[in-house]
Amino acid sequence: MTATTWRKLKSSLFVGFCAGSVLIALVPLAFILFFVVKEGVQALNLDFFIRMPKPVGEAGGGMAMAIVGTLMVAGLGSLFAIPVGILSGVYISEYAGSRLSSLVRFAADTLNGVPSIVIGVFVYTIAVLPVKHFSALAGGLALGIMMIPIIARTTEELLLLVPSAMREGALALGATRGKAMFTVILPAALPGIITGVVLALARIAGETAPLLFTAFNNRFFSTSLTQPISSLTVQVYTYAISPYADWHRQAWAGALVLVTIVLLCSLLARLATRRLEHMQAR
Amino acid sequence: MSADRPLVARPTAVRSDVAPTEREVKIDVAKLNFYYGAKRALEDITVQLHSNLVTACIGPSGCGKSTFLRTLNRMNDVIPGTRVEGRVQVAGRDIYGDGVDVVELRRRVGMVFQKSNPFPKSIFDNVAYGLRLNRMVSSRNELHDRVEASLRSAALWEEVKDRLHDSALALSGGQQQRLCIARALAIQPDVLLMDEPASALDPIATQRIEELIYQLKNDYTIVIVTHNMQQAARVSDVTAFFWLGKLIESDRTDVIFTNPREKLTEDYVTGRFG
Repeated sequence: MTATTWRKLKSSLFVGFCAGSVLIALVPLAFILFFVVKEGVQALNLDFFIRMPKPVGEAGGGMAMAIVGTLMVAGLGSLFAIPVGILSGVYISEYAGSRLSSLVRFAADTLNGVPSIVIGVFVYTIAVLPVKHFSALAGGLALGIMMIPIIARTTEELLLLVPSAMREGALALGATRGKAMFTVILPAALPGIITGVVLALARIAGETAPLLFTAFNNRFFSTSLTQPISSLTVQVYTYAISPYADWHRQAWAGALVLVTIVLLCSLLARLATRRLEHMQAR
Repeated sequence: MSADRPLVARPTAVRSDVAPTEREVKIDVAKLNFYYGAKRALEDITVQLHSNLVTACIGPSGCGKSTFLRTLNRMNDVIPGTRVEGRVQVAGRDIYGDGVDVVELRRRVGMVFQKSNPFPKSIFDNVAYGLRLNRMVSSRNELHDRVEASLRSAALWEEVKDRLHDSALALSGGQQQRLCIARALAIQPDVLLMDEPASALDPIATQRIEELIYQLKNDYTIVIVTHNMQQAARVSDVTAFFWLGKLIESDRTDVIFTNPREKLTEDYVTGRFG
């Protein structure tokens, strides 16, 4: 065997390993999507979106309260986490190198690694126990706490990618440090930050554990912030461990709706990001 | 196209009849030392720059000419671990004194950078940025007039007047640099600092910038850092030669290039080192 053929063989082998790894990584995703869609569509109909659950034994009914509930707790979480997360990211990048900045970054990474059930228990003790009942607000708080470190770190990384020439240009025109940040640097990084926020949203929309201790669940339609509220994840969990075949079907449908919501969010963010980038570069 | 024929008649021998010293001193630098940490980047710089003249700073890489330029609008302040000694006066005021408003200083001493750095905003918003920031206009009409006037001064208006609201990033490199000049001119500075403004541009775009500098010196005091000695010879009235953080000599540009006092200067401008 000549040296060249041996090198070509090695190259092909390596490419083969890479392709194989990709396949192994994608197979679970393909299977999950396949089964969620296959099982989910069977129970999916208009009623599922607009009706409330039927009592056990009666067929049909839907998860309207869970869909609204998921959107509400995720929305509340974002409302709380987006400003805090972005401003933390601004702080970490703007004071990069200072001791407090490193501390904040370390804290964010640690918080990111805290198991979600622990965050659920934490919020339970600070927002559920004192008022003696579960609430949508507590659920939003728990999800928000999970979003903050993701948004903060994404924001920091994207802000550091903005060329320092941009900052100098603003300073040379008489901008203060804060003005330069909020009128030039942050807008320049905005498309990427939006993507980061949506990734965070997608991540927490699928959380069950922190909601069990905070928003709990609600069999009735509710939009009250101070009352327990249902969510798709908790509803899927409840239905999936139940002994009823009809509830199992409903659980599959709930999972399908959840996956679709997350997918739609990512798509919307992609679109918004591309729009913004297009506007900046055209 | 023949190579030896210039594309456009260029302003040759941009030299004033008035000797530099007869003009008002705009920038007065005395015993200026500058440190990056422990490293001394500028050593005892003493020089006077006169109003409505173009002063070129030349010298090999790392000689401190850019650092010198950035001490004139305190742009070095943003670099951690730097320190300044000595005195720098702009229009008679000590810019490193107590109670100096750096924001106000930078409004009066504009700067154009080596690499054009338009903001990712529209052409109009780029020029309007400083005007809005410093609250220098009171109406939309006035804002529009000032933006137009600045773009005209930077010889860019005709090329962009139909697409003012397109992104500045869509402009060519040379246009972007003229936009940055327009942006700096909009807030009506006294002094314009230019840090190798044409080093990233092709010869034609470079020539446009040089023509622009020639026109702008009627209204501004200009300090330009350049690596290109032909450029210094073409655009400047006064040339300052820096070497290893020291100002070796500064004089009328024709003197520096034909009959410098120092041997070092002569070696540099004749290309014997550098």
